[in-house]
Amino acid sequence: MSASLVRIDGLKKSYGEILALDGVSLEAEAGKIFGFLGPNGAGKTTTVKILATLARPDAGAVTVAGYDVLKDPAKVRASIAYIPQEVTADPYLTAREHLNFYAALYHLPAGLRARRIEEALALVGLAGQEDRRARRLSGGTKKKLDLACGLLHRPPVILLDEPSLGLDVQVRHDVWNYILGLKQQGTAIFLCTNYMDEAERLCDEVAIIDQGKIVARGAPEELKGRLNRDVVWVEVAGTNHHAGDLLASLERAIAALPVVRQSSRDGARLKIYVEGHEAALANILEAAATAGVPVRSINYTRPGLDEVFLHYAGRAFSEGATNGA
Amino acid sequence: MRDFIDETRAQFTRWMLHLKREPFSLAFNLLNPLILLVFMGSAFQGLARNALGADYRAYLLPGLLALTAFGNSMGGGIPLLFDRENGSLTRLMTAPISRASIIFSRFLAVNVSTMLQCLLILILGVLFGVRIATGVGGIFALLGVGLLLGFGVTAISLMLAFRFENHGDFFAVIGLTSLPLTFLSSAFVPLDNLPGWMRAVALVNPMTYAIDAMRALILTGWNPQGLAFMLAVLVVFDAVMLWLGSRMLGRHLA
Repeated sequence: MSASLVRIDGLKKSYGEILALDGVSLEAEAGKIFGFLGPNGAGKTTTVKILATLARPDAGAVTVAGYDVLKDPAKVRASIAYIPQEVTADPYLTAREHLNFYAALYHLPAGLRARRIEEALALVGLAGQEDRRARRLSGGTKKKLDLACGLLHRPPVILLDEPSLGLDVQVRHDVWNYILGLKQQGTAIFLCTNYMDEAERLCDEVAIIDQGKIVARGAPEELKGRLNRDVVWVEVAGTNHHAGDLLASLERAIAALPVVRQSSRDGARLKIYVEGHEAALANILEAAATAGVPVRSINYTRPGLDEVFLHYAGRAFSEGATNGA
Repeated sequence: MRDFIDETRAQFTRWMLHLKREPFSLAFNLLNPLILLVFMGSAFQGLARNALGADYRAYLLPGLLALTAFGNSMGGGIPLLFDRENGSLTRLMTAPISRASIIFSRFLAVNVSTMLQCLLILILGVLFGVRIATGVGGIFALLGVGLLLGFGVTAISLMLAFRFENHGDFFAVIGLTSLPLTFLSSAFVPLDNLPGWMRAVALVNPMTYAIDAMRALILTGWNPQGLAFMLAVLVVFDAVMLWLGSRMLGRHLA
């Protein structure tokens, strides 16, 4: 068991009449990427603000790296890097000046500064551009500089708010690889995102928040499985005239399999809803062979994380799209 | 304390790099004083010699110094508003630093810049033939008075940086206060020659006291008693504004 570096238990927060967080509980562990998903206005930002000591919880216990955000905010701040979604690089400062600035603000010992700064420059691929002002760096490079500035003090917890917002594909992949590298070092990464492909690619665990409540939580694969939308498509080999009979016998043959939930015919293909299970394909092929049904092709499809998201937060998602909340 | 000094130094360095790399941003603030020095100074030179019995440029210079100090201080909070707008202030607030260092470093930087700009205006005044009665020592005293005015106004500006939601409003406030308040002071004509309502405003305008103190230093010489009153008014103004500022900003940055 690895340690939970972010622990939220029964967190509540309201702004005036509006209840922003209504009893949120979750944990993020060392060496894992925790994805926090939800429609705009669902409470993602409020949660991150509380973790970053920018807002105070009304009720509930919140600890970061073992420190209580209310009792020990200074220690929490020393243990985190908070990278906001906006690019914060100062256009007038060079990359190296940024790193010097943050090295001083995070009180890095003088002996360590030069080495950490060189490492950071190399890590984000800024070597050779360190003396260019941020004004002349590309958007992606500025984002990488933002990240590098937060990591000089090797924080155990990193709070990332929409890290790839507005980045082109190439840079997005760079940033993703960089985040995966941080995970290897044992950092707990708390990632807020609206991009399901990003969550799918990076996260070990995700939580979906809607209207201030966690509506789903688990590993992405587990959540997809829970939707019960895993489908096996089987196309039988045979003439059109013959296919109907073959499909009928296949349907009978698989009906008793424990992995099969239900099936329906779709032209020359059989659509079989299955439990999310690795053996499903093998079992179906075996049943087809036993029943003497020749198979031309077989296909397994799994819902994406976006379907999971729409399933749990779809209503709020469409409302959010119309009123911009 | 060591930490506070380190934090302040790092942030102060950032502001000085801004100043060094964007020197033309000062032009915005120096434009009005320069126009007044060159054109108004020349146009009224003859007229004023008879009326005031003084060299008009020498008479005008304190007003221009006060305008420079006021304008620069009043704009001093703008970079913090930019930092608020683009998220970098949020980021600073999650760093393990004393939040007072955010305000203090900006305060220092604004006043260093005020001093440099006032020095520039003073040098130009001297080049235009103004003689300073208190000599070289007077130059330091003049800069000191400029700073006494700047401290309180900077505090106001730093408060505004946390009140306004966009920098357009901020620029409007600077435009609506700097030059009008200069006219509503003893900058261009003696207080007694101002109409009643203007004199009433001028009497509560801290610029008036900075200008009168500087005018004495330029035209008359060292006069400790006269200076003491003006400086006391400015110190009270600073104390009140700094107190209000630290209270309000303390709440905002808590």
